Amino acid sequence: MRRAVIAFTAFLGGLVFLLSSPAWADGEALKGTLQNQGQPVNGVKISVATEDGKPVAEVASGADGKWEVPVPKAGKYKVTLDQKTLPAGVALKFKNRATLDVQVFDGSQRNVLFALGPPGQQAGGGQSASGTSIWERVAQLTFEGFNLGLIIALAAMGLSLVFGTTGLTNFAHGELLTFGAMCAYFFNVVAGVPLILAAIIAVVLGGAFGYLQDQFFWNRLRRRGSSLIAMMIISIGLALLLRYVFLFLFGGESAAYLDYNAQPGVQLGPISAAPKNFWAMGIELAVLVVVGVALLKTRTGKAARAVADNPALASSSGIDVERVIRIIWTVGGAVAALAGVMLGLAQNVNYQMGFQILLLVFAGVTLGGLGTAFGALVGSIVVGLFIQLSTLVVPTELKTVGALMVLILVMLFRPQGILGRRERIG
Amino acid sequence: MDWNTILITTLKASIGLETVVYALAAIGVNIQFGYAGLLNFGQAAFLGVAAYGLAVTVATFHLSFWLGIAIGLVATVVLAFLLGIPTLRLRADYLAIVTIAAAEIVRLVFRAVKFKDVFGGSDGRQNFSGDFYAMNPYSPGAYGIGPITFTERTMWVLTVGWILVALSCGLVYLLMKSPWGRVLKAIREDEDAVRSLGKNVFSYKMQALVLGGVIGCLGGFIFALGQASIQPDLFGTEFTFYAYTIVILGGAARVFSPVVGAAIFWVLLVFVGNTLSEAVGAGVIPSSIMTVNQVGAVRFMLVGLGLMLLLIFRPQGIFGDKREIALDAR
Repeated sequence: MRRAVIAFTAFLGGLVFLLSSPAWADGEALKGTLQNQGQPVNGVKISVATEDGKPVAEVASGADGKWEVPVPKAGKYKVTLDQKTLPAGVALKFKNRATLDVQVFDGSQRNVLFALGPPGQQAGGGQSASGTSIWERVAQLTFEGFNLGLIIALAAMGLSLVFGTTGLTNFAHGELLTFGAMCAYFFNVVAGVPLILAAIIAVVLGGAFGYLQDQFFWNRLRRRGSSLIAMMIISIGLALLLRYVFLFLFGGESAAYLDYNAQPGVQLGPISAAPKNFWAMGIELAVLVVVGVALLKTRTGKAARAVADNPALASSSGIDVERVIRIIWTVGGAVAALAGVMLGLAQNVNYQMGFQILLLVFAGVTLGGLGTAFGALVGSIVVGLFIQLSTLVVPTELKTVGALMVLILVMLFRPQGILGRRERIG
Repeated sequence: MDWNTILITTLKASIGLETVVYALAAIGVNIQFGYAGLLNFGQAAFLGVAAYGLAVTVATFHLSFWLGIAIGLVATVVLAFLLGIPTLRLRADYLAIVTIAAAEIVRLVFRAVKFKDVFGGSDGRQNFSGDFYAMNPYSPGAYGIGPITFTERTMWVLTVGWILVALSCGLVYLLMKSPWGRVLKAIREDEDAVRSLGKNVFSYKMQALVLGGVIGCLGGFIFALGQASIQPDLFGTEFTFYAYTIVILGGAARVFSPVVGAAIFWVLLVFVGNTLSEAVGAGVIPSSIMTVNQVGAVRFMLVGLGLMLLLIFRPQGIFGDKREIALDAR
């Protein structure tokens, strides 16, 4: 599992750069690592020129995919990747971004990122859509939206039920997803277990993690009488702690699972996707249905809804509230771990993945109505669809902004959400 | 292990740029969270908007420095209104979610390739601090006591920064002694009671949000000028959580606690970071346990752990009063 942090990507950028810049500031340079689906790509020619077109150097990426070009001084440089030298089956994700303009600052080495992927699988849908009709794009994006929405829904169920039963707005819920994804990564890539088995182990461990968190942490805090706001800030502290433990162990890069990486796409009507996406959606739907039926039909499920509705009343009618909360944490942890594995399958494993999706989960949960299980489901799918469909009109990089805007607008006009009740907002 | 270097950098950190920036951000958070009980988790956005307001005006549109400051201030106030109008009527945890979402929106827009011409994408903006340093009254050289020295540029930024910190503290002290401050504290304790006395609670909360944002945005200016460059990722959610940790460490609802908190926070952080780096570099901690690159992660872990332990065992921080902490859910 221990992988040295070699190069922080642009995502980490500013903050870590700020914290550790003097340590590796020996001469200005441009560098990068070429990776396709987590595998290094070697022998690709990269040329660097100054802003006015004077060539500086030309190098090829090494066996580990790395390349580095020292530059004479700080300033703007043009970095070009020669697409003809890419091996078969690898292409730039953004064809128009073979040449990048980058700024090198005084005394620092600048990472340059070329996104690679299998040919034909251009990111964002929008770039590859030159020949397709608008309806095909809508269909494709709707499919992708459902895909994302189901992952958000898996995460949202646990978050919403924990809020409903304990009142805790858990900012550390995203880290439950990362935990699941990292466990699956560990068993799949390091221990060599097939991914499906690794995912099952990860879900079991996720459930155990949720159980232990409640048993030895949140339960204690509730008994000490910590207030809800205090617990919310504590969950932020826990989220920071866990996220950077993941960074410490895993490193700052994204990595893919070993299995199901370069699956050829399947055409199904207007939709094209890898078979793994269909399987993932099937599993997610099945899990959501099982959890939903369990909530409606089983004794524990009914008890859970009763506690979410009114803990004091549930307690006085003989329901063991602490036991219900423990079960919710366990199931919530397991389902969140599954969501993490699915997210890792869809977009690679990264220590920030849980936090990045957490705000979308919040958006889904508030849209559906905080504290309601089914509201969370509906809200999450709406958020997923909205994010993907919004790329029809806004650039792909800003699709999250749209979803967060919706979150704020919901607060303005219907703070109780779609399925929530007025009284919950206090 | 070079204890001398560790000691000097740690001492410098106690009055350095980060301490000033985070002290100003934390004074703002203290007004909002400590005095008014508002959980604004978007403080980073206020600093970001101010810093970008200045940088974009000067670097992109080549207008004057003072106009940039004015635009930064106006942008902060506008952001406070945009944030406050939909959220200030909501319960504390909703406010937290919405403000954190708003801060992410601001950061994502700043780093978008789409607006690279204006905001500079993930590279941010440079070349806007010339006019500020042209006003520098210090002649070139090193200033300081013994081995603790700053360049004339750092001295100028720190002088302006600490003057702003002092003025902000004075303002907070006077305001919180005034009837306005007492209403604010009353809102924190019992909103309905204040409303029944005929006060416009929404308006007071909005004033607190704007004031906290404006004081925080001064930190944004100092941050941008001190580094002479800004990048969008400086204003991530971690920044806000640092500011909250500082306020809670010092003790909420005390005038000087954000300043003392910021100094202690950065002294600890720099000391731990440098000691670990040195220990790893000197082989005291073998590289099989951790490498220099992982020191940053360890520092964040400690902040998270510290925030948790503070809230669990000493929510009033160093100087605070337990009865004055706005931790009851409403």
